[in-house]
Amino acid sequence: MKYIYDLHKTMLDQNLILVYEGEFTQEITKSVLAMAERNMESHGEASSIKRKVFNVMVECLQNICKYAQNLEDERNMVNNAIFMIGKHDSEYFISSGNAIPNEMVENIAGRLEKINALDKQGLKEYHKFVLKNGELNEKGGAGLGFIDMARKSGKSLKFNFEPMNDALTFFSLTTTIPRVAKSKKSIKETEAIK
Amino acid sequence: MRVLNLAGTEDTPKIVLDKDNGVFEISGRSLPEDSAEFFQPVLDWIDEYRQTSNTETRFMFKLEYFNTASSKLILDILSKLEDIDGTTIVWHFHEDDEDMEEAGEEFSDLVDVPFEFETY
Repeated sequence: MKYIYDLHKTMLDQNLILVYEGEFTQEITKSVLAMAERNMESHGEASSIKRKVFNVMVECLQNICKYAQNLEDERNMVNNAIFMIGKHDSEYFISSGNAIPNEMVENIAGRLEKINALDKQGLKEYHKFVLKNGELNEKGGAGLGFIDMARKSGKSLKFNFEPMNDALTFFSLTTTIPRVAKSKKSIKETEAIK
Repeated sequence: MRVLNLAGTEDTPKIVLDKDNGVFEISGRSLPEDSAEFFQPVLDWIDEYRQTSNTETRFMFKLEYFNTASSKLILDILSKLEDIDGTTIVWHFHEDDEDMEEAGEEFSDLVDVPFEFETY
């Protein structure tokens, strides 16, 4: 039974405010979003930060929904995934982990590396290009999720691949949202104080 | 012409498309599981409206959040509105929501239709 205490301690040590492991559906996505929103609201988080965290959570959770369904359909396996959100003084981090077919690793890694190599303006241009020229895939994705997460983050996306077996790899992704509001308004206020 | 009126939910926006009263409005949150399916009735309605459009169409977006799949469909809606003479897009964003302001600016770069920006 000690693992319960260990798990609890790990969550505290890692500053995790929400962890969900299991099946991912749109209904569960909505519940997880509502819980995280309530948590941020009760801590009086700035609305601009709340919106960024919410946006990244949506893309992350809906990605998992799509991948998990994919695997279930094609390989007849039930694939659970993990989603977590943590809070440090200076930032939120949103992490997810889910199994993907081995053959997708190269494609995902390539896309993430490309995104991480772009600066703010480059991401903006790339986003516009994909928005204009891309088409929704068979799962209803626009191919914009990672780009949007990187733009909301303003930092590179961290990712990792752990081989699971001949067919599957565990894909982990972390997006960081700084808690320092850099809105025009706050810059103006700072200037006024000066 | 029939009125398209959808109440908003926690993951889908409120939509009112009413030719006779000159109300064209999409507001709230848009993160449906299947954005293409959700927005199809809107695209169909605009196709029908184009046949007998009003001389002026002020189409209002007042979105709090939208996911990336919805952004693709918003662009589809804007592209259809591009072909309707007398259309203006009124893009509302919360005064401290720079991301939503920027999203509106990016959409306005991608389509040839006038945008007005309003804060709330």
